Amino acid sequence: MTAYFDNAATTKMGRAAIEAMLPYFDEVYGNASSLHSMGQRAKEALEEARATVAACLGASPAEIYFTSGGSEADNQAILSAAKIGERKGKKHIITTAFEHHAVLHTLRKLEKEGFSVTYLTVGEKGNVSAEEVAAAIREDTCLVTTMTANNEIGSVLPTAEIGAVCKARKVLFHTDAVQAVGHIPVDVEKMQADMLSLSAHKFHGPKGVGVLYARKGVALTSLIEGGAQERGRRAGTENVAGIMGLAAALKEATAHLAENMKRVTALRDKLIAGLSRIPHSVLNGDPSARLPGNVHFCFEGIEGESLLLLLDDAGIEASSGSACTSGSLDPSHVLLAIGHPHEIAHGSLRLSLSEYTTEEEVDLALEVIPQVVKRLREMSPIWREKTEGKKPFLLP
Amino acid sequence: MALYSEKVMDHFRNPRNVGVIEDADGVGEVGNAKCGDIMKIYLKIEKDVISDVKFETFGCGSAIASSSMATELIKGKPLSEALELTNKAVAEALDGLPAYKMHCSVLAEEAIKRAILDYYQKHDLPYNEAVFADVLHEEE
Repeated sequence: MTAYFDNAATTKMGRAAIEAMLPYFDEVYGNASSLHSMGQRAKEALEEARATVAACLGASPAEIYFTSGGSEADNQAILSAAKIGERKGKKHIITTAFEHHAVLHTLRKLEKEGFSVTYLTVGEKGNVSAEEVAAAIREDTCLVTTMTANNEIGSVLPTAEIGAVCKARKVLFHTDAVQAVGHIPVDVEKMQADMLSLSAHKFHGPKGVGVLYARKGVALTSLIEGGAQERGRRAGTENVAGIMGLAAALKEATAHLAENMKRVTALRDKLIAGLSRIPHSVLNGDPSARLPGNVHFCFEGIEGESLLLLLDDAGIEASSGSACTSGSLDPSHVLLAIGHPHEIAHGSLRLSLSEYTTEEEVDLALEVIPQVVKRLREMSPIWREKTEGKKPFLLP
Repeated sequence: MALYSEKVMDHFRNPRNVGVIEDADGVGEVGNAKCGDIMKIYLKIEKDVISDVKFETFGCGSAIASSSMATELIKGKPLSEALELTNKAVAEALDGLPAYKMHCSVLAEEAIKRAILDYYQKHDLPYNEAVFADVLHEEE
């Protein structure tokens, strides 16, 4: 038996999304910009998908721009706001220390171009308040960009409150909702978001397609030149099949949101309760304002990659905050942002669930993880030193 | 996972010589928790031959596999031979390591050198400083 606990990385596609895509590969394969009837049929499908997405987000269809995914949407949102700000002489941006790299790296690029960026600290719990955002706003602030929910530790930010602050202070507000859409209620009106990013493959849609929502009146800057697609804001022949898959997956997720949240939250809480019994471990992220599908722990005395490899041997597909496998020796910036020392940050495990997660998978994880943690601790020199009292435990 | 060779995975899954030697003649510890790798090697030495070796490692899969392989390569060998063990030899014996994991084999080489140096120092034995240049340099 295998258990898939890496839904924050990507999800299995739903049948509805797969079936929505199929006709657009070999039946209605026309280019949506072509004038012939097949092209126009593709165009109609595209506009239907746009209307579906808009309805699910509380937006209007003209505010939906299809992109290649969440990263592109984040890049475009931030660079567009920077352009708008620059024209008014406003070159200050506010964000949090634990954003996705699609946001952080774009902001670093802007810093090199003379923008200044405030990175709000996220504290031990891994969250920010609207008051902290308000206090950071300056005369020259052109953008606040804060994620709706964190991809590693699952904290859900007070996005509607942050949006209200930004609206009152007349500052553009973007939220990276890649981990939130399809998993918790997301409504651009309630959030008062001027821009929002999402990605289809995080909610059982296809990879390589996403959305940038931009409120009417927010002038987007093109990242890709070459055609008049997406009202001139995103050149390139539309990925009609992918977009149909995105719309179908979003519709499905929205229709079953409440029941899925309830089911997944129960499984999440069972995992958290079970793993909390492992001594010298800690649940990361906001314990209450938390994504239904996120479980994230640090285990003292062990390293994340070896944990993942042994879990994989036992059929559990998970991930860690550890950047070990990505070729960097630095532990996750998110875990450092919530105040963990490197030693603790290295020993992390993220289990991310979806509505396809079963009780059996959860039981397998609860059986295997404590054994694997114990096995690795038994060969760890720092664990020995701690148990022999030569070094203090850092986690209770 | 194709991240590692079969040999790395074998030594990671079934590490050889894990544990502690309580009355070790030489102990070497390298790495630090900050970088995510700590390796500790324990040696039992009889007449300049490594009669027993154990290791403890906090680290990734390749760190555990490198420790395991390195202990296998020096077990029963004279100290002079153990001192010639290079990180490259450890990596080659594992059928290679990804480039960004080569430091794990370096840690294994250094842990052994440090354990042997510890043996010489504890027993007031003469040693060639040049051989231990790398580990002595780190102590400064």
